[in-house]
Amino acid sequence: MIEAILKYNYMQNALMAAILTSLICGIMGTIIVEKRLVSMSGGIAHASFGGIGLGYFLAIEPIIGGLLFATITSVSVGVIQRKTKNNADTIVSMFWSGGMALGIFFVALTPGYPPDMTSYLFGDILAVNQTYIRLMIILTLIILFIILPLFNYWKLYLFDEEYAKIMGVKVILLETVLYVLIALSIVILIKVVGVILSLALLTIPPTIAKLFTYQLKWMMGLSVLFGIIFSLMGLSLSYYVNIPSGATIILVAIGGYFLAVITKIMWHKRKHPKEDVML
Amino acid sequence: MSGIHIHNLEVRYDQVTALKDVTFDIKENEFLGIIGPNGGGKTTLVKAILGLIEPAVGTITVDHQDVIGYVPQMTTFDRQFPITVLEVILMGHLPRTIKIGHRFNEHDKNHAMMVMKRLKIEHLSKRQIGQLSGGQMQRVLIARALMNHPNILILDEPTASVDEKTKESIYRMLKELNKNMTVIMITHDTALMWPYLDRVIYINKTVHLHDQAKEGKTAEAMDTCPIDWFVEGEKIQKELLIGKGVKND
Repeated sequence: MIEAILKYNYMQNALMAAILTSLICGIMGTIIVEKRLVSMSGGIAHASFGGIGLGYFLAIEPIIGGLLFATITSVSVGVIQRKTKNNADTIVSMFWSGGMALGIFFVALTPGYPPDMTSYLFGDILAVNQTYIRLMIILTLIILFIILPLFNYWKLYLFDEEYAKIMGVKVILLETVLYVLIALSIVILIKVVGVILSLALLTIPPTIAKLFTYQLKWMMGLSVLFGIIFSLMGLSLSYYVNIPSGATIILVAIGGYFLAVITKIMWHKRKHPKEDVML
Repeated sequence: MSGIHIHNLEVRYDQVTALKDVTFDIKENEFLGIIGPNGGGKTTLVKAILGLIEPAVGTITVDHQDVIGYVPQMTTFDRQFPITVLEVILMGHLPRTIKIGHRFNEHDKNHAMMVMKRLKIEHLSKRQIGQLSGGQMQRVLIARALMNHPNILILDEPTASVDEKTKESIYRMLKELNKNMTVIMITHDTALMWPYLDRVIYINKTVHLHDQAKEGKTAEAMDTCPIDWFVEGEKIQKELLIGKGVKND
């Protein structure tokens, strides 16, 4: 594997993509899990498929279309939710299905042979090129520069939004920024694990991390670490066994979750033999 | 001018009127209880005072020098959130205007420890909030509210999920705090609270307890007011105010 990384550009790109993805999944995934925005993130991911289809139709970089659709969806969900009495889940599912429908629609209208959408649906870390890595670095830096310097405000917003409002913190601004950051994160993930599998990589590492810590900053840190482990293991497996990388990374992460749960149960039983385990 | 002055307040949720014609003052250093049935407008009144809801009609005047501390119901947030007691309390000291790169310094942490000592919870500082009992959690939320040196403390059902002994200790603690600040408390706990309160407001639709009491219609008042301490309330000369649809005179 190390030899392959040193020898091939595409392996270097894949390694870089895995690290950047893990960084974003650790930070944004923790926020998504703790703010209970998993369903909304799924909606944004699937809505971005419409933009990818539009990108093919207009002959521009599909991921730019995906970024556009993901951002519009994330902001729209927040605005519609505030302005109407509709349940957030209802709005999210509309964007979820609507995005997929538009993607299929635009691909069908694209002249010539229909493009292969599999890599966008299920990801292919080995197909990530230099341009995409540059885009990933820019988006990752944007996310880090917005989350880390305002960490205490994010923590307050995630834990007790109403108290943040009472304190005079601009909660709607934080919410809008957060939704846009989720959109950016999903676009970063699309090439690596795809629209359909991105949700798993955003949620599994934080869920595991929460088994071992009760501080938000450590939950983010551990999530990044778990993300790197799962991505690199998935990447290695897919390289050696010649199986799809996105699916492999997700299956490794799911395996990691069960392993972590078993470890936690055994550790707890050993320390407190008479108590029931609360995960 | 200190205290809170509410004049002709009307609050609506869409087309539904939740509070109407509410006029009364909350005096400086008063310990005020807000009682009434669910859906009667207690939390709406508090949210209006806190500025979370815009009144449709009327005004709420709070002196610009007054600092309000707020203790929400424990059910409004996730007890499994990954956060320690110290972190929760420090949140009460976060600057209102977003400051990029803000970090809590040693002075902030020492101040938090002092507040925790005052409420006898300093030994809990490193615990995750999910490991706390109801009474401990309530003290943590009160500590958070005290971080900004408030002179008005508003609590929404602070004893909703704690045992009788803990309730007493929380009331005693609030009475102690009341020496230096106005305390406003929504509560359903009618039996234990009397010795501690200066005054009670009853918030409900169309109930006019004050006038009924004056006119001797206490039986009718007791029918509409689902609390059996009404007469006792008069005996210890508590002033019963009014809620929806009625003005205090």
